[in-house]
Amino acid sequence: MSRLNEHPVIKKAISLILTYVIVQLLISTNIISAYLQVTLATICINIILAVSLNLITGITGQFSLGHAGFMSIGAYLCAMIVLRMPTIPGFLLGVFAGAITAALVGCVVGLPTLRLRGDYLAIATLGMAEIIRVIFLNLEITNGAAGLSGIPKFVNWFWLFVFTAGTVIVISNFINSSHGRACISVREDEIAADAMGINTTKYKVMAFTFGAFCAGIAGALYASSFYFIEPSLFGFMKSIDVLVIVVLGGLGSISGSVLAAVLLAVISTLLQSFPEIRMVLYALLLIIIMLFRPQGLMGSKEITFNVFGKLGDMFASRKRRV
Amino acid sequence: MAILEIEKLSKSFGGLMAVSNVSMSLEPGELVGLIGPNGAGKTTVFNLLTGIYVPTSGTITLYRDGKEIKLQGQKPYNICKNGIARTFQNIRLFKDLTVIDNVRIAMHKNVGYGFFASIFHLPSYRKEEKKLTEKCMELLKIFKLDHKKDEYARNLPYGEQRHLEIARALATDPMLLLLDEPAAGMNPAETSQLTELICWIREKFNLTVLLIEHDMSLVMKICERIYVLDYGMVIAEGTPDEIRSNKRVIEAYLGEAVNDV
Repeated sequence: MSRLNEHPVIKKAISLILTYVIVQLLISTNIISAYLQVTLATICINIILAVSLNLITGITGQFSLGHAGFMSIGAYLCAMIVLRMPTIPGFLLGVFAGAITAALVGCVVGLPTLRLRGDYLAIATLGMAEIIRVIFLNLEITNGAAGLSGIPKFVNWFWLFVFTAGTVIVISNFINSSHGRACISVREDEIAADAMGINTTKYKVMAFTFGAFCAGIAGALYASSFYFIEPSLFGFMKSIDVLVIVVLGGLGSISGSVLAAVLLAVISTLLQSFPEIRMVLYALLLIIIMLFRPQGLMGSKEITFNVFGKLGDMFASRKRRV
Repeated sequence: MAILEIEKLSKSFGGLMAVSNVSMSLEPGELVGLIGPNGAGKTTVFNLLTGIYVPTSGTITLYRDGKEIKLQGQKPYNICKNGIARTFQNIRLFKDLTVIDNVRIAMHKNVGYGFFASIFHLPSYRKEEKKLTEKCMELLKIFKLDHKKDEYARNLPYGEQRHLEIARALATDPMLLLLDEPAAGMNPAETSQLTELICWIREKFNLTVLLIEHDMSLVMKICERIYVLDYGMVIAEGTPDEIRSNKRVIEAYLGEAVNDV
């Protein structure tokens, strides 16, 4: 155990592989049924969305309500490509084309709007998401309000895992770098950051573009897991859903976002048995959680791999005592 | 040759002339004071120098490595990159970050790895981060903050927060340091300690220092030259002794003498 503690990268890799293998085993033995696999896909997509929105809102402090817009770009691009090229390379091409387009749109939208602060930025990004939705609603190539259906399904646990773990790792790496710290300084005090040589506009746009890229990936995964997309799936409420996860997990905490995405999916799956009062209970739970943890489940703290190391040490020392 | 030349600098907010026709010049290695009654426009001058405000008229010229750099109208981060660092009157630390992160952020402009190295933690990331951390620790040691590197900035005592702000400004590797009331809220013992510190870092980092201060014991002791500002205008300039006996300065601070009743 102690030797493993010294190599954080190896430890990370081992826990990632373990997670993958355990879930894969549960799927093969049908403990995670086809129905639960849908929940699994939702969880993974929500993790990607929440972590990337957290980069924009929690880390860089820019209040954005446009995440569904970026997601829809990824979803539509991937769907259109996969419908014409129903192969794995086609799927991967779709994912990256969707993500890159979303990032480009994020950059173009971010440059003028990120001059705005707080509520103003929220309204501007909300408007942007609506514009994107209306464009998809009126284009012929996206089949208007009827949406695209019969999208070949390529997303399985393997791809979900690769993209979700990839996003989480890449974003947390970013936060722990000098560029990430520059983003955090913008959130903390923009004037001081500027006076310390941080090009605040550059880092706001960087976080926004990076977040949009990841939201594009999430959209692409959505399109290829659920056969069908239409513009109304990517409305205002979708952005709010993601924001709820981020706030619930704790602004600025990546592990909080992951935890909240899992928790909310589990709660809403459990509540399926009470269809009449499902949304009431869901809202009630949210209110209760926010009353008792206004800073979110994790605050701005992170669960690190040290936690596992400490648990291991505790376990080992107890054994020795016995 | 001067290091910084300010010529006919003015800033108006609507009808209010906060700074009007201010001309100053700083020689390399000088320690210059900027004093004046409350609301005289001292901090506005700092904000103009660091690009937080854009001047209404006038020029600010920095001479660096034999080059003339016009600073008016430039963005604050560019001015910082050109070698001017500052502290703030009401401390503006990154309060929810650790002491070492405050300093590391100020060193960001010299970080030698790009976006992709940062998201994949490539070898250049590890190498540069190690170098960065070492440099930060060196700086923190000077300010005796090294043992508190993992504390949140907001949890530091007031005096140490002031020190950390100076450390953060030095981390940007400046040639000109602007200190906005560094001794505000300090007791006499702390002030005299700070006085020594300012002199010492000026020697050690080869700096030119411009400081705003209300504590005259500090100003008169360490400043080589003093500019006095009142109602946005320079009313006097000279050595501490000249300033002390200047009639207009006394008037500005104490009011005019009453001659007859």
